[in-house]
This record gives sequence, C-alpha cells and structure tokens, in this order.
Amino acid sequence: MDRRNLLAGAGTLAAWAALPGAVRAAGEPTRIVFWHAMSAANGAEIDRIVRDFNASQSDVVLEAVYKGSYPETLTAAIAAYRGGQAPNIVQVFEVGTGTMLQAGPAVKPAWKLAEETGFKLDPSSYIPGVRGYYSLSDGKLASMPFNSSTAVMWYNKDAFEKAGLDPEKPPVTYDDYDRAARTLASKAPTPIASTTAWMPWIQFEEFAAIQNIAYATEGDGYDGLGAQLLVNGKPFVAQLQRFMDLAKDGAFKYTGRDSGPDAIFYSGQAAIGFGSSSGRADIVKNAQFRYAEALLPVEPSLNPKPNNSIIGGASLWALNAPKRTEAEYKAVAAFYAFISKPEQVALYAQHTGYVPVTVAGYDATEASGYYAKNPGTDLPVQQLERGELTANSRGLRLGRLPEIRAVIYEEIEKALQGQQSAQTAMDSAVERGNRILRDFQKSARG
Amino acid sequence: MDRRTIFPGRALPALLVLPQLALTAVFFLWPAGQAIWSSLQREDAFGTSSEFAGLENFASLFADPLYGAAVARTVLFCAAVTALSMGLALLFAVFADAEIRGRAFYRTMLVWPYAVAPAMSAVLWVLMFHPQIGLVGAWLNRIGVPWDYKLNGAEAMALIVGASAWKQVSYNFIFFLAGLQAIPRSVIEAARIDGSRGFYRFRTIVLPLLMPVVFFLLVVDLVYAAFDTFATVYALTQGGPGQSTQTLVLKVYLDGIVNADIGSSSAQSVVLMAGVIVLSALQFRFLGRKAGT
Repeated sequence: MDRRNLLAGAGTLAAWAALPGAVRAAGEPTRIVFWHAMSAANGAEIDRIVRDFNASQSDVVLEAVYKGSYPETLTAAIAAYRGGQAPNIVQVFEVGTGTMLQAGPAVKPAWKLAEETGFKLDPSSYIPGVRGYYSLSDGKLASMPFNSSTAVMWYNKDAFEKAGLDPEKPPVTYDDYDRAARTLASKAPTPIASTTAWMPWIQFEEFAAIQNIAYATEGDGYDGLGAQLLVNGKPFVAQLQRFMDLAKDGAFKYTGRDSGPDAIFYSGQAAIGFGSSSGRADIVKNAQFRYAEALLPVEPSLNPKPNNSIIGGASLWALNAPKRTEAEYKAVAAFYAFISKPEQVALYAQHTGYVPVTVAGYDATEASGYYAKNPGTDLPVQQLERGELTANSRGLRLGRLPEIRAVIYEEIEKALQGQQSAQTAMDSAVERGNRILRDFQKSARG
Repeated sequence: MDRRTIFPGRALPALLVLPQLALTAVFFLWPAGQAIWSSLQREDAFGTSSEFAGLENFASLFADPLYGAAVARTVLFCAAVTALSMGLALLFAVFADAEIRGRAFYRTMLVWPYAVAPAMSAVLWVLMFHPQIGLVGAWLNRIGVPWDYKLNGAEAMALIVGASAWKQVSYNFIFFLAGLQAIPRSVIEAARIDGSRGFYRFRTIVLPLLMPVVFFLLVVDLVYAAFDTFATVYALTQGGPGQSTQTLVLKVYLDGIVNADIGSSSAQSVVLMAGVIVLSALQFRFLGRKAGT
C-alpha cells in the first residue's frame, strides 16, 4: 500500500465515521432540563405539562427535575451555575426576583430570549399584578411568568356552622376575623381556631400592599438598591400585636413557617387557615369537610378602598452555561411559547389554584364555565385586579428577600413566644433586614 | 520488643505515604485553602463578580451580637449533649457490665441507634414529639402540658439535645463497656475484700481507671456535638424557632448555602476550623502526657 492509498483510506474512514453523527444531529431532538420546586398535587401537574409539551412536538425533549422547596431549588441552581452545570430553566419564587435581576451573565432574561429566538412575548398579555412583579423599569419582562398565586383565607364551613357563624359570610375586615377567631376558639370543634402559612408574606407583605402602605423605601425597592425596610411602622406593629393577642387567648396558633401550616388546615385541625390560593389542589385532595376560600381581610381604618394583593408563586428563568447551544435556547423558547398558550394557562390554573397569568387564559377559564361551576375560584384573580396598582402594591423588589423573610420569621417567632414586644420584634427585623440589604447593595456593585 | 519496619532509601516510603498525602491535600488542604480565600472576598450569589474585602467579613462577624449568641448557644448545646450522652452511656455500661439475664439483647438494643441515619432519627423524633401529630407531643398537650417546640425555643433546644445525645449514647456505651471490661478483675476483687462497696467503690476504683476513656470520649463527643449533629438539628428545627437552635455549623450552612453569602459563611468556617485545631491540640497534649507517664 503506497502513501496515497493510505491517505485515501483514512479519508474514507473519517467520512464514514462522521456520517452517522451528522444524521443523528439532524434527527435527534434537543434535550433541555427544567428544575422546579413543585411537589405533591402541584408536582403531578408539572409532569402533566411536560408530558403534553413533549407529545406536542418532536424537536425538543424537556426533562423536569424536582429540586426541593423554592429556596432549595434556587440554591441548587446557583451552585450548578457556579459549577458550570446550570439547568436550562429554573423555577424561582417571586421573592428571588431581586436576586436574579442582579445575576448578570448567569441569566438570559425572557425579553432577550424572545428577541434572539423570535418567540413572541407581549408583556401586555399578562394580568397587571403579574406583569408588574416581573417586569423591568422599561416594561420588558425579565422572567417568564408561570405559576402565580395570591394569598387567601381558607375556612372550614362545617366548623363555622358548628360555632354559630354564617358559613356563607366569611370575615371581611381584620376586626371581623378577630371576632370570628375568638368565637371559633370557644365553640368550634377544631383544636385550633386559626393559623397562617407564610406569615411574613401573607400577614405583612400582602397586608401592606392591600392597605397601600410602603413596605420599604425607594418604592418597595423598585427604584434603587438603597431601599430601607419600613416594617417597624405603626400598622405593622399593630398587626403583629393583633396576632400576639389572639395567640394569648387561644384564637390563633402559629404552626410553622412557609407552607407547613397548610396541612393543619386541610387535615381539619384549624377552622381558618390563611394560605396561598395554590393550596387548592391539596385541599381538594385531602379535606374531609366543606371548605371555601375568601378574600384576605382588610383594614378599612388604614385604607377604605383596598388595593390589589400581590402575587406569590414563581416564574421561570433561563440560565446560561458554558457550551450552551443556540438550539437549546430555541428549545427553551418553544417551551415558553407552549405554556403561554391560553388553553395551557387555563388548564394549569384549573388544576392547581394558581391564577391564570394571562388575560386570554382568564377568559378561556371563564368561557369554559369553570368559575361558574366552582364558586370562589375566581376570588384570587379578583383580589389581584382589585383597585389600582400603586407603588405599594406592585410587589417587592428587594435583594436577598428570602433571607429578610427568615429574619422576620425569627423575630415574630420570638415575639409570639413572649420573649419580646411587637415593637422590639419589628425594630430588630428592620435593623437586621437593612443590614442584609446593605450587604446586597455592596455585593451587587462589586 | 519494639516491632518497627524500616524501609530502605527514600523513594519507597515516600511512595507509600503518597496516597494518604494526596487524600489530605484534595479533601482537606484544598477546601480549607478555598475557605480561607473566600473568607477574604466579597461576592454576589452567582459568583459573577467578586472583589477583595480583606478582613471585612471577619470584622462584621465579630461585630454581630447574633454571632456571639450563636457561639454561646453552641457551647451550651455541646456541653448538654456531651454530659447527657456520656452520663447515660456510663450508667448503661455499668449495668451491662454486671451479670444480668439477657445481656446480649440489652447490649444490642443499646447499640442500634448508632446505625440509624441522622435524618431518619430526626424523623422518628418528630413522629414522637410533634405537638399536633407526635405520639408523645400530642399526649403532652392533651394532659395539659403546653408542649410546642415549634414556638418554644427552650423546648426546641431540649429536643435537639435529646435527639443528638440519643444518637451518641451507643458510641459512648461501646467504649465505656470496653473500658470497664479492661479493668482487671483482681483490682475490683481486692477492693471488695477491703470492704469497699457500691458507689464508693465505683468512684474511688473504677472511675479513676476509666479516666483515659472518659477523656477520649469527652473530646470525641464535643466534636460530634459541634459538627456531626447538623443533619439531626436541621431536619428537626432548621435552627428555629427564632434562632434558638441555630448552632454554628447550622449558621455556616444557612448563611452560605441558603442565603448564598459565601464570604461570611467562609469566615465562619475559618473560625470553626481554628476552634477544631485548638481542641485537637489540647487532646494531643493531654493524651500524649498520659501516654508518657
């Protein structure tokens, strides 16, 4: 064999080796990974969406991975990014938004992804409360709205009836709630009269939005990184004092952080359970009694015309990683497009208790007769759209807000134990929270 | 008498020591160096920007009264876990050392908690002591004892001390039992003949002979309580209510992993590292002197 033959042979061999590769690249779908924080009934719904998405087209295979609670999922994504292994999409809870906005090269903002891939993303198609929370100062969407909820008051109709309260007339104001809780404490068959999940979110953040009170300076953080907390103001201290008084008289019981107390309500142990509207899926599945949701109580002395409540839940963020291909970003955009179809938005809301995030999704839900058949399920949307969106009710844009929430939890837990007064608790929450905000400000500039 | 293997030359011994040195370098020196480096940086959560901060992380740590409180809390926690687990283990070992029926069964029962994974043991404790769903917890509330470790810091602390000590009793038990069995019977016999009885004999004869074991376990238990209890405590209380069960390791985790404040968290682990170095140095000195005499 002479030299030329040898070279030709090698060339053929190379061509033969390359061929199946090229064929494979054309035929095989792009694989992308989606990390989420949905468990139980809501987790099953994610699986449903992924199944439907993968079945609806053949270019992309999406794999969803449950990574634990919201904070755990965010933590995992940060660690993965630092290790160069970031997932394509991560679900980040609403209070993580401030942190994600400062993540710079780590994320691909939704508006940018839309621009690069040609996927149509119209901020005005989203309901105001959702749009306000996730958009930048120029109105562009930073992340992809997905599961938005708001806080509601769940109540046990059977317990209300047994206590002599009208099960069709849930408390409207905080004073009404106060009286109802005291009546329930003495007459209801449940061991606990009332409890609340997510206390900093529901009883302080939502409370401030609805009553049109600033939670922090600089427009709740939207206008700059120099925001200071304002939660040691009179209304907040009075709010904590109310719960401390109710707790002392056995009409309120603190049963833990985050969504932990949800189970206390749907297992029938508490007559009133403040919680996320997204608790519906689990309540429907577990509750052995008649239940209903009601609007969050209002405080007319502070604001006679209550504002909208703010959203909870999460949105989707596309992450960058070394060696990420254009096809992967296109695949992410395809998934975004799929979940923003009106029928998908409507289905997701009906299956979970999250609100339809788009106007078209809300209309589709209404047209399907779902709200008529399930009275009360449109309350969260009503609450989100009530009144006017003000600087105090569009949301919170504070860095490291999860940590600030933890601080508030700690201080109110100490107050509820009787170790400190309501004023002291909120004062030290402000002092410690501001320290966190200053640290964030420094690291964001550095 | 003295059996010693001498390897010729320098290459072979170096080669034989190499794997151990490599392990130490990869799993200890490198991460420790990283911790020291990060403790001097100020960095955002995603690590996209960082700048040299000098000793600022340490300064703000020591200026924080909550850090001082966490140190005091950890000392209290370690002391309580060590005292409880060693006390119970010694008591059990003394009884197990005696001639009783079903001794093997009794010993097995005492050793098994050591094999339970910390998170699992925490789940067991939750199922027992949860104020609403726990067997003991719900019963306490029914009979009118206001038990609620989710809101009462002192009760939460008692719970994590109990759960952590329970895990460690087995380990201590094995060492105490071995220590007791190593005491020559003749010494005990002689004491008995001299008329020394019961607790007096234990205090004057048995305990002094058991002191090396006691000291060894003291150090091991302190280190266990300070570091290895993370899983148990985290699964039980996550450091709450308030910060009443937030020990130093938990704080390192919460600040570094949950709050993504790498600088402060690294500074805390450097402080902890210094603590362990001091503790180990003390142990070597004390045990070394014991061995020398």
